[in-house]
Amino acid sequence: MEHIRTPKVENVHMIDRLTPRKSTVGTLYLSSTHTIFVENSEARKETWVLHSLVYNVERLPTNPSGSPLLIRCKNFHVYRLLIPQEKDCLDVLASLTRLSRPECYGELFCFSFNPNLDKELREKAWGFIDLKAEFSRMGIPSNLWHVTAANHEYRLCETYPSELFVPKSAFPAVIVGSAKFRSRGRLPVLSYFHRDTSASICRSSQPLSGFSARSTDDEQMLHAIMKSNPVSELMYVVDTRPKLNAMANRATGKGYENEDHYTNIKLQFVGIENIHVMRSSQQKLVDVGELPAPSMSDFLWGLENSGWLKHIKAVLDAGVFIAKAVAEDGVSVLVHCSDGWDRTAQACSLASVLLDPYYRTIKGLMVLIEKDWVSFGHKFSHRYAHLDGDPKEVSPVMDQFLECVWQLMQQFPCAFEFNERFLIQLHTHIYSCQYGNFIGNCQKERRDLRLQERTHSLWPHLWENRAEYTNPLYRTDHSQTQGVLKPLTTAYCFKFWKGMYGHADKSVASHQSPADCLNAVREESQQLEEELIAHQERLAQLKEKKTSGGRKKTNKLSERVRRPIPIESKLSSPLDYFTATRSEKHSPSFTLPLELAAPPKNGDPDDLSTCSDFESGVADLSSHSSSAGDDTKDPDSDEAVKSNT
Amino acid sequence: MEFAELIKTPRVDGVVLHRPFMPTVEGTLCLTGHHLILSSRQDNTEELWLLHANIDSIEKRFIGSLGTIIVKCKDLRVIQLDIPGMEECLNIASSIEALSTLDSVSLMYPFFYRPLFEVIEDGWQLFVPEEAFKDLESMTDEWRLSEVNKDFSVCPSYPSLLTVPKDIDDESLCKAASFRHGGRFPVLSYYHKKNGMVMMRAAQPLTGTNGRRCKEDEKLINATLCAGKRGYIIDTRTVAVAQQAKARGGGFEQEANYPQWRRIHKAVERSNVLQESLIKLVEACNDQSHSMDRWLSKLEASNWQSNVKEILTTACLAAQCIDREGASVLVHGTEGTDSTLQVTSLAQIILDPACRTIRGFEVLIEREWLQAGHPFQQRCAQSAYSNGKPRSEAPVFLLFLDCVWQILRQFPCSFQFNENFLIMLFEHAYASQFGTFLGNSVAERLKLLLSQKTVSLWSWVNRPQELERFLNPLYEPNNLVIWPSVAPQSLLLWEGVFLRWNRSSKCLDEANQEMVHIIEYNKELQNKVNSLRRQLAQLETEDGPLQTP
Repeated sequence: MEHIRTPKVENVHMIDRLTPRKSTVGTLYLSSTHTIFVENSEARKETWVLHSLVYNVERLPTNPSGSPLLIRCKNFHVYRLLIPQEKDCLDVLASLTRLSRPECYGELFCFSFNPNLDKELREKAWGFIDLKAEFSRMGIPSNLWHVTAANHEYRLCETYPSELFVPKSAFPAVIVGSAKFRSRGRLPVLSYFHRDTSASICRSSQPLSGFSARSTDDEQMLHAIMKSNPVSELMYVVDTRPKLNAMANRATGKGYENEDHYTNIKLQFVGIENIHVMRSSQQKLVDVGELPAPSMSDFLWGLENSGWLKHIKAVLDAGVFIAKAVAEDGVSVLVHCSDGWDRTAQACSLASVLLDPYYRTIKGLMVLIEKDWVSFGHKFSHRYAHLDGDPKEVSPVMDQFLECVWQLMQQFPCAFEFNERFLIQLHTHIYSCQYGNFIGNCQKERRDLRLQERTHSLWPHLWENRAEYTNPLYRTDHSQTQGVLKPLTTAYCFKFWKGMYGHADKSVASHQSPADCLNAVREESQQLEEELIAHQERLAQLKEKKTSGGRKKTNKLSERVRRPIPIESKLSSPLDYFTATRSEKHSPSFTLPLELAAPPKNGDPDDLSTCSDFESGVADLSSHSSSAGDDTKDPDSDEAVKSNT
Repeated sequence: MEFAELIKTPRVDGVVLHRPFMPTVEGTLCLTGHHLILSSRQDNTEELWLLHANIDSIEKRFIGSLGTIIVKCKDLRVIQLDIPGMEECLNIASSIEALSTLDSVSLMYPFFYRPLFEVIEDGWQLFVPEEAFKDLESMTDEWRLSEVNKDFSVCPSYPSLLTVPKDIDDESLCKAASFRHGGRFPVLSYYHKKNGMVMMRAAQPLTGTNGRRCKEDEKLINATLCAGKRGYIIDTRTVAVAQQAKARGGGFEQEANYPQWRRIHKAVERSNVLQESLIKLVEACNDQSHSMDRWLSKLEASNWQSNVKEILTTACLAAQCIDREGASVLVHGTEGTDSTLQVTSLAQIILDPACRTIRGFEVLIEREWLQAGHPFQQRCAQSAYSNGKPRSEAPVFLLFLDCVWQILRQFPCSFQFNENFLIMLFEHAYASQFGTFLGNSVAERLKLLLSQKTVSLWSWVNRPQELERFLNPLYEPNNLVIWPSVAPQSLLLWEGVFLRWNRSSKCLDEANQEMVHIIEYNKELQNKVNSLRRQLAQLETEDGPLQTP
């Protein structure tokens, strides 16, 4: 609390950039965990912004109406505030700047977040995702692969999980030797086993090969991996870096495998750029979204210039290459980049999504993230800036993985059990620090932080709310849910992810979503099914009575009033955050109190005022409308745009 | 002229056909007066029937004596025919070229087509101006139906019956017509029931460089204003373009002469620029080797999406003036037959829920495009693969359909029809067995005796068996004004048309089927539950009397 310079500021304006008419006045509160804006209107609408989700706070030059403050969030929401007194603005700015940059783990929200679970439930919740069960689900043949104790107490590799699957034929000395020859000891281990072909996906970091170094242990390790696929005489090594970067690494004693030293390996570079390129690319993409009234050319040019979709394509291409090798050629693949915790995680997990329908289910994706990302030491706290630290460590690695999955969902609408909202929710929680799952940078660090005792797990929470995250088109027996996905990766198949990046302004939120509509229909069908059974039973009963001449008085069946499918209203705000938080006033709510889904949809034609022709100078309809006093009344009661309120 | 004269080789054996997403077929190629047919001897299901009118351009290639003809269609499909024998190939190619570029309308297929179905409801009677006027009369008495154009002499591109303000006599209309490009004086396009505001359309006023004015024109449009209210003139051109038009006798309404009107200029591209845009877009879509940068830069350079945004924005503006500002609107560009119609018809889709039904949309196309004199025949003579110098071809109607698709995507529950309906309209506007889109105006269509000699597209579409394909399962009728977002990130490339032949739509089609299943299952359950409820209610009332002896 010592960081809060002013807990409350009144008469603050929340500005809607594209539709100034929709701006609201209210009171701003700063709590130790949230910024809360409460509208003065009768509805007392609340907007909660978690401090740990704040990316930066910017103060714009003070103008006669007050001091503007811009709060940009890590989930790409932007809040524009106008604070009457400059001093208050400076106080809020200083408080938020400090609060949004915790200096130690202890300051993170997850350590104070308490959803009122007792100890037993909390422990049970942490056991919700069980990686042992996952490896046995894969059907790994025990004569070929086994768990090694080599990394017990993280002796061999600090950033790996303690339990590692390695080829049974690899002797302990080979394992240790191979780890020594790999950057940070991240030796080749199993990530995914494909039962249909017995080919596997293994992962590691780059070898310490330099220009001439070699390690017979490492060579034997790779040979053992190849041999663990009895039918194959070949193995791919996929270096996910651009070849030039890989070569540059040789000068520092690292690099890539020399094909001459290893038996029957085929080296393939797939050219995913490094974290620094990705960070600046995403920043450019976000900037495009913040352009005031961009033209189509501004937008498309900005999209191209950001390079973002090019990188997304590179990541997906890597996944496609690996999946094809494993499924079609039946060849095992070893994937690495430099450290083997960013691009390697992306490539391995995407290949797994393509290969195994299980990872396209809600639970399966949780398992996959837990396995390929959390347990294998993806540096969540560094990459997603959980603590105030080196900005060069920050990079949207996981963002890209989630987006690749989203791009796949566009091509295969029936193949995924989860919907877009699930991916966006995951994205938010990777940054939010509300749950303990993504705190720290590796398993060892998490153990040392005693996260399982001190924080809660996200997974059971998402699982309980899975109805919200379910894709209505998913059916377990549908052809798209079976087998390997073979996506097209032609440039035109990649789309701008509006659900993620498109809401710097509320005005561009989507209007109606077919998925939400279908979910409502399916929910209704379920109720109808129940009603049908009840009626049938009742009918049988009555008939029975009739024939037996029963004369007992019967209660008239309460006739369920047919609920009209709330298409327009429901769709307009698929996840009504505001109503959800209103009922939980002033206590940290269990769900993230942020606008997670489309906020009240726009459709207000005022956004056209920004587009109307400036040449004529007579087109400023919005100013015209306010001078006419139109905004005091609400003439829109019968319009789609307002039906959600 | 006999078609036989144009067909140098009517049939060739051993021709191999390659087309998107289908296995290669070998068979016999036949040319008839209107079709290119390829039938495989093994299996009749492999037939290809292609209207010559659908062929946009062809390319020939030779490797030894094996010739190849690449046929590029107006629906953007590209197919390849491998023809053994150089002479046969050359003959076929020149025959196709001749048959696909026939000048005479009366030789077109619709005049030869005999439907295999019974016409239950004649599509030529879909829109009857008198009946539409009756509807209007039930809401307001300020308008009348004028026969001033009954012989098409006042305005050749207008229909014979026009809705005009009641107080304006035919003589004034004639004078106003002489002041407007092509005689297209301001007429009623849409009446907004909610607040009685109207949308009119016209062509540019012929002010010229010396600022001509026309009292009758001023009076005509002022008659649509309520006392003390201002109206909006939406000129689809930029100020600069409108200024330039003065030099050629055109121009725009001067403030001094139209003090009750506010003029707003927008930048909807003229039709000749649009053709170029379409060609570039389709070129970009057809090259699968593009890197991401190149694809995005080509997409941007085509300007297609910019055109979509500009048209949609202008339509929203018109709708906003009417619905939000409570003002009447006059829309025009230069001729009033292209961008004007895009804007007025889209504004109606935003404002009027009736236009979002299948029937209503068909009527909208009849009223705002066919009757309003959009020159379909000229505009749709060539599509994206035309390589000659464009004459008056332009994808004006396709852009309109694209804009409708954008709104449909944003409001997937507000339209009775689906994307396939729009794609079907695109196809038939460019090549069809039906006469609906032939000719450039009502006058031309009457002269061609289309309604007697050809079948209307609507006669076919409105049959229940056909309609089924075009129904949107998510449709829930509503009475809302729908405001689409025109932000660039809200507008997508219309893949259903532009990537249709480049990527398989199997998975997307499956998703649609899934959607239909979910909704049909729900309906089925509702019916079952309702019938059980009735049975129960009946049993219980029968049960009731037994209680009271």
